[in-house]
Amino acid sequence: MKLEYTDKQNAFRAEIRGWLDANVPKEPLKSFDTEEGFEQHRQWEKTLFEGRWSAVTWPQALGGRGADLIEWLIFEEEYWRAGAPLRVNQNGVFLLAPTLMEYGTEEQKKKFLPRMASGEDIWAQGWSEPGAGSDMAAIRSTAKVDGDEYVINGQKTWSTRAVYADWLFGLFRCEAGSQRHKGLCFILLPLDTPGITIRPIQQLNGLPGFAEIFFDDVRVPIANRIGGDGDGWSIAMATAGFERGLMLRSPGRFQRTAADLVKLYKKHEDRVAADPAIRDAVMRSWMDAEAYTLATYKTASSLMKGGKIGAEASTNKIFWSELDLLMHETAMSILGARAELLPHVPATSPLDQDLDQWLDAFLFAQAGPIYAGTNEIQRNIIAERMLGLPRA
Amino acid sequence: MDFTFDAQQNQFRDAVRSFLVVEAAPERLREYWETPTGRSAEMRKKITDQGITSLSVPEAYGGLGMGDVDWVQILEQVGYHGIPDSLAEAAYLGVAILNALPDEHEAIKKKWLERMVAGQARLAIGHPINPLVHDAEIADLILLWHNDELHATTPDKVKTTQRDSIDASRRLYEVEWTPSDETRVLTADQAAPIWAEAVDRAALAAAAQLVGLAQCMLDLSIDYAAQRKQFGKPVGSFQAIKHHLANVAVQIEFAAPVVYRAADAVANNHPRRAALVSHAKLATGRAARLSARNGIQSHGAMGYTWEADLQMYMKRAWALDAYWGDSVFHKARVAEFIFADDAPLGPGETFTA
Ligand SMILES: Cc1cc2nc3c(=O)[nH]c(=O)nc-3n(C[C@H](O)[C@H](O)[C@H](O)COP(=O)(O)OP(=O)(O)OC[C@H]3O[C@@H](n4cnc5c(N)ncnc54)[C@H](O)[C@@H]3O)c2cc1C
Repeated sequence: MKLEYTDKQNAFRAEIRGWLDANVPKEPLKSFDTEEGFEQHRQWEKTLFEGRWSAVTWPQALGGRGADLIEWLIFEEEYWRAGAPLRVNQNGVFLLAPTLMEYGTEEQKKKFLPRMASGEDIWAQGWSEPGAGSDMAAIRSTAKVDGDEYVINGQKTWSTRAVYADWLFGLFRCEAGSQRHKGLCFILLPLDTPGITIRPIQQLNGLPGFAEIFFDDVRVPIANRIGGDGDGWSIAMATAGFERGLMLRSPGRFQRTAADLVKLYKKHEDRVAADPAIRDAVMRSWMDAEAYTLATYKTASSLMKGGKIGAEASTNKIFWSELDLLMHETAMSILGARAELLPHVPATSPLDQDLDQWLDAFLFAQAGPIYAGTNEIQRNIIAERMLGLPRA
Repeated sequence: MDFTFDAQQNQFRDAVRSFLVVEAAPERLREYWETPTGRSAEMRKKITDQGITSLSVPEAYGGLGMGDVDWVQILEQVGYHGIPDSLAEAAYLGVAILNALPDEHEAIKKKWLERMVAGQARLAIGHPINPLVHDAEIADLILLWHNDELHATTPDKVKTTQRDSIDASRRLYEVEWTPSDETRVLTADQAAPIWAEAVDRAALAAAAQLVGLAQCMLDLSIDYAAQRKQFGKPVGSFQAIKHHLANVAVQIEFAAPVVYRAADAVANNHPRRAALVSHAKLATGRAARLSARNGIQSHGAMGYTWEADLQMYMKRAWALDAYWGDSVFHKARVAEFIFADDAPLGPGETFTA
C-alpha cells in the first residue's frame, strides 16, 4: 500500500485542471433533455475531444490518452471539481466503448469509436422493453436475417436520450423461437433508419429524457452486430457491469455533491440547527462519499493488478444510489419551504438563494435506485452470488 | 374515553370520498393543472353543493357549525384525491380566522362567511412561516400577517408574482403590499393568538392531507405491483416489494391516530396543542415521504414518468411536507415540549392537560 500519487499522476492532474479552468463554459448549459441543450452538450463533447479529453482511457491512436484507471479517477475528480457539463455521450464513451474494445472487430472500432469520441454520434441504449424490465431476458424484439441484413421488429422503451441521439445499441432476439438468454444479438443501428418511430416519454420534471422506440421492418447490416451470433446476452452483461460498476458513477460526482451539501448546510446552520437529523445526514453524506471513493480506488488498484469485478459491482450500485438520495433529501430539508420552487436563473428574488439545481437533482436521484438494474435486483444478486444464500 | 369518530362524521367522510372519486379523478386533475388559474369554478361549485365550504361556518350564517374533529377525515380525503384547490386554506383555515374575529368586525365576518356558504369566496392566507401565498392572485380576499397584526386586502391592491412549484397544481405567489390603517383588521394584541391558532390549524390540515396522500400512493403502488408482471409473476409477489409496501402501511397506521389526537387538541385549544400538532406533521411527513419513495421504487421506471399518476401525489406530498412549518420548525416545538424541566411525560400523561 502506498497512498500517494506519483509525479506523473500529479502532472496529469495539473494538466487537466488547467485545461478545464480555461475551457469549462462559464454559463451552465441548458438541460440535454431539450433540443437546444442537447446540441450545446454535443458541442462540449467536441471541445473535450479537441483537447483529447473526451475519452482519456482510450488508446492514443483513437484520440484518447491511454490513461489507466487511477488517471481516469483523477480526470473525473477534476471534472466534477470544475463543475463541467454532464456527459451527453456517457452511454457511448463509458458503456459501449469498453464493449466495442473487447468484442468489436477492428473495422467496427474504426467505424464507431472516433465519431463517438468527437460527439458526432451520440448513443442511446436499447435494452428494456415493455415486458422486459428487471427481467431483461424476456426481450421479444426480433432481428431476422435477410441476405446480409437484419430486419428488426418490436419495441424498446425507457431509452435515455433516444429523443435526440443518433445511434442505438440494443439487444434483439435473432434466433426465432429462442428463449431467455439464448439467441440474442447485440446490434448497433442509426436512429434515423426508415421504419423507426421514436415516441418521447416525459420524466418527472416534464422533459422527454427517455423514449419508446418502435421498429417496423427496420433494416441494418449484419456487420452492425457486435460479437457472435447469439452471444448478445453475455456481451450485454459485460456492458451492464461497466454501468453498475466503475465507469459510469465516478466518485467525483458524489464528492462534489457532498461538498456542496456541506456548504449549503453551513450557510443555513443557524436556521436548521433545531433538526439534528439534518446535521447527521450532512456528516454521513461526506463520510459515505469518501467511503465510496476509497472503495473505488481499491477496486481500481486491484483491477490494475489483473483483478476482476464480480458481484460486488452490485454493492456499488446500491451504495451510490442510496447516498445520492440521502444527499438530495437532506438538501430539500435544508431549503425547507423553498425546496419545492423551480429556481429562477438568474435569481429574481431572495427566495432563489441557494436553490441551484437541488430540486431537479432530487428528482433525478429518485431514478438512481431504479435504472441500471433496480436495487432490489442488486440485493438479490449480492445475496445469492456474493453471499451464497439459497435462491427463493 | 372513546377514540373513534361518530357515525355522522364517518358518513360525511364517505360522502366526500364518493364525490371526490368521481370529481377528482386523476385525468381531471391534469386538466386543471393546464389552466392558468389551476382551479375549476365548476369543481368549486360542486364542492359547495356538497356542503364542504359551509362545514365550519356557524349556523347563524347558514353553515353547518362543525369543528376540527369533523374536518380531519374530510381533509384526509382532500389529500388522498389531491384536488388542486385551496380548499383547506379557504374553507377550513380561512373560516376559522373569520370565526375568531371579535364582534366589532361583524360586517366583514357576515359578508365573507355568507359568501363562503354560497361558494363565492376564495380566501388566501399569507403568513411568514410560508415564503409564498397560495392562490393570492385568484383570491377574493387575502388575509395577511404583519407583525402579528391581521390585515385584509384584495389581489388588485397588492403586487403578485407567480412562482412555479414542482407540484404543478399549486399556485404560489410572492406578494408585495403595504400595510396601512385601511388594511388592518386586528391589532397585534388581538391577532397574535388567532395567528398562533391558525398556524396550528394549518399544520394540522397539511398533516391530515399527508396521511391521505400516503394512503393514496400506497394504493396506487399496490395496484401497480399486483398487475405488473416480471419473471412470470406479479412484482408484488416478490418479498422486496411486499416489504416496501408493508413498511408504508406501518407508518400510516401510526401517523393517523396522531393526527386525530391533534385535531382534538386544536378543537379544544389544548395547552399542549403546539407539540401535538407538530408531532402530527412530522409523523405524517415521514409516512408520506416513505410512501412516495417506496411507491416510485415499486413502480420501476413507470414511476419516474409524468404519465403515471403517482407523480402528482408524490409532488404534492413533497410540497406539503414543508408547508406550514418544515421539519426544523416542528421538531423545535416537539423538543421544547419534551425537554422542558417539568414536562408531563410517561404513562398516564397522554391525555392530561
Ligand atoms: C431514468 C431511467 C433511465 C433509463 N434508461 C434506460 C436506457 O437508456 N435503456 C434501457 O434499456 N433501459 C433504461 N431504463 C430502464 C431500466 O433499466 C428499468 O427501469 C429497470 O431495469 C427496471 O425495470 P422496470 O422499470 O420494468 O421495473 P420492473 O422490472 O417492472 O420492476 C418493478 C419493481 O419490482 C421489483 N422487482 C422486479 N423483479 C423483482 C425480483 N425478482 N425480486 C425483487 N423485486 C423485483 C423491481 O425492483 C421494482 O422495484 C431506465 C430507467 C430509468 C428510471
